[in-house]
Amino acid sequence: INHIVHNGGLYKRPFNEDFEETPMLVAVLTYVGYGVLTLFGYLRDFMRQWKIEKCQNATEREEQKDFVPLYQDFENFYNRNLYMRIRDSWNRPICSVPGAKVDMMERISHDYNWTFTYTGRVIKDIINMGSYNYLGFAQKAGTCQEAAAKVLSQYGAGVCSTRQEMGNLDKHEELEKLVARFLGVESAMAYGMGFATNSMNIPALVGKGCLILSDELNHASLVLGARLSGATIRIFKHNNMQSLEKLLKDAIVHGQPRTRRPWKKILILVEGIYSMEGSIVRLPEVIALKKKYKSYLYLDEAHSIGALGPTGRGVVEYFGLSPEDVDVMMGTFTKSFGAAGGYIGGKKELIDYLRTYSHSAVYATSLSPPVVEQIITSMKCIMGEDGTTVGKARVQQLAENTRYFRRRLKEMGFIIYGNEDSPVVPLMLYMPAKIGAFGREMLKRNIGVVVVGFPATPIIESRARFCLSAAHTKEMLDTALKEISEVGDLLQLKYSRHRLVPLLDRPFDETTYEETED
Amino acid sequence: MDIKSMKNYLYWLYCQFELITCSYLMEPWEKLLFYTFNIMMLVMVLYTTYIFVPVHISTAFQFFLHLFENQHENAVSVVK
Repeated sequence: INHIVHNGGLYKRPFNEDFEETPMLVAVLTYVGYGVLTLFGYLRDFMRQWKIEKCQNATEREEQKDFVPLYQDFENFYNRNLYMRIRDSWNRPICSVPGAKVDMMERISHDYNWTFTYTGRVIKDIINMGSYNYLGFAQKAGTCQEAAAKVLSQYGAGVCSTRQEMGNLDKHEELEKLVARFLGVESAMAYGMGFATNSMNIPALVGKGCLILSDELNHASLVLGARLSGATIRIFKHNNMQSLEKLLKDAIVHGQPRTRRPWKKILILVEGIYSMEGSIVRLPEVIALKKKYKSYLYLDEAHSIGALGPTGRGVVEYFGLSPEDVDVMMGTFTKSFGAAGGYIGGKKELIDYLRTYSHSAVYATSLSPPVVEQIITSMKCIMGEDGTTVGKARVQQLAENTRYFRRRLKEMGFIIYGNEDSPVVPLMLYMPAKIGAFGREMLKRNIGVVVVGFPATPIIESRARFCLSAAHTKEMLDTALKEISEVGDLLQLKYSRHRLVPLLDRPFDETTYEETED
Repeated sequence: MDIKSMKNYLYWLYCQFELITCSYLMEPWEKLLFYTFNIMMLVMVLYTTYIFVPVHISTAFQFFLHLFENQHENAVSVVK
């Protein structure tokens, strides 16, 4: 449903987000499928227990059979009986750089995915729709690679120390100044691992007596960091500003649970782009709420930095807001910059505090020098400081690819979740057999996709997630779209009931005023 | 040509059935078990239909006929 949200003029551009409802028949059939698989799961477990069938999964030892059972919960049941059947779509070994095309090692299984053997053949030039390579910096040749190779010969690969001891290189200082300039904040700090940036720094910022308001669909690193901090956690519905405002009002009015004292700090945890839904956070409204109720905002731009905004500065630039409104801007270098690690940017006092009190700064090894050089070179390329317009061209190419790909998939009749401008495109599959079938059929047609099922998504909403890249040319996207349409017809995946009239390139006339026909 | 496209269509329908009931993921002996169970249930339902439905329909038909006859007789006697 396309709509323009008018919230006192907070939005300068239309915010088109769409989560089409699951068709009733599809939901019922999905439950039927899971029911059949559950029954067969019970049958197989029965056979394994009575030794009719060989047990190939992990079980307790004979001496421990009378202890508290370890493998009887639903997650282990699901793992043994459902995940094992479609396991060949995950953990596929690749043997080249994960650019727009990738090489994969072929593997087959003779005992229904319990063990794999390599045939020795390498499948070459698979169109890669699964890597987080948004700006195409995952390359093995080019300026980034040459600069990184030079730094490797100068500094070596290992740092062998933490930031606070002997691991603070001049490269790190250079990187942090560059990151601060890129984001438009006073100061920044870089860490070796993106997951650790979240989970180790949130405990340093909040503690007991503070309140964390976290979105329903936040990433595991944010959830882990929030739990480790010891603060009270309250969840608001995904991207729902009414829910967030209600929680904020309740927090200010009622205070802490028993003592009714005011909360020491209220921290709102949101992400720029949610990678499983493809939705973008409603940042203008969150910032308006934050200012009204005097709380702090922690924005995790793991997927949106480099991918959104006219010059790739992330979701803050996409909405035309000022970076000073966000208290803690966190992001990772893994996705758009083709490197590894994470950063936190904000006011100088905050970053100086984190340099002393963050677990990651004290105990974790700092970033490796060639990786730092890759980040520096790619960031300068995006900002245009290396003298070429390659960076700007890549950002524009990604935006074009995103719009084209999403429009074409919607026209074909698939159910696509998320915002129109997000380069993460989830395509709904729903039924468990289609998860495995989709992955295998796409690999047969030389396209590598990532399919996602139960623990990462709700049980009936399994999906295939495409990550677009600036390195994808229009021909590659057309090939991919053709194959996706073919597989969609073969597996009957075109569930959508809103058919978009294809946009014809003709001037507006009185007879065309509706774009959607139901 | 028509037979071939018909056969392709039937094969496609069979694939859809396999995907929806997840028999695409099952090992061959599980598939055998599942299909045997399904076909047995279907055969039993059809057999029950074959035996009982004609008798039920004719009984119901006779009941309604009797009802209309009575009504008609009553109406006729009033008129007289």
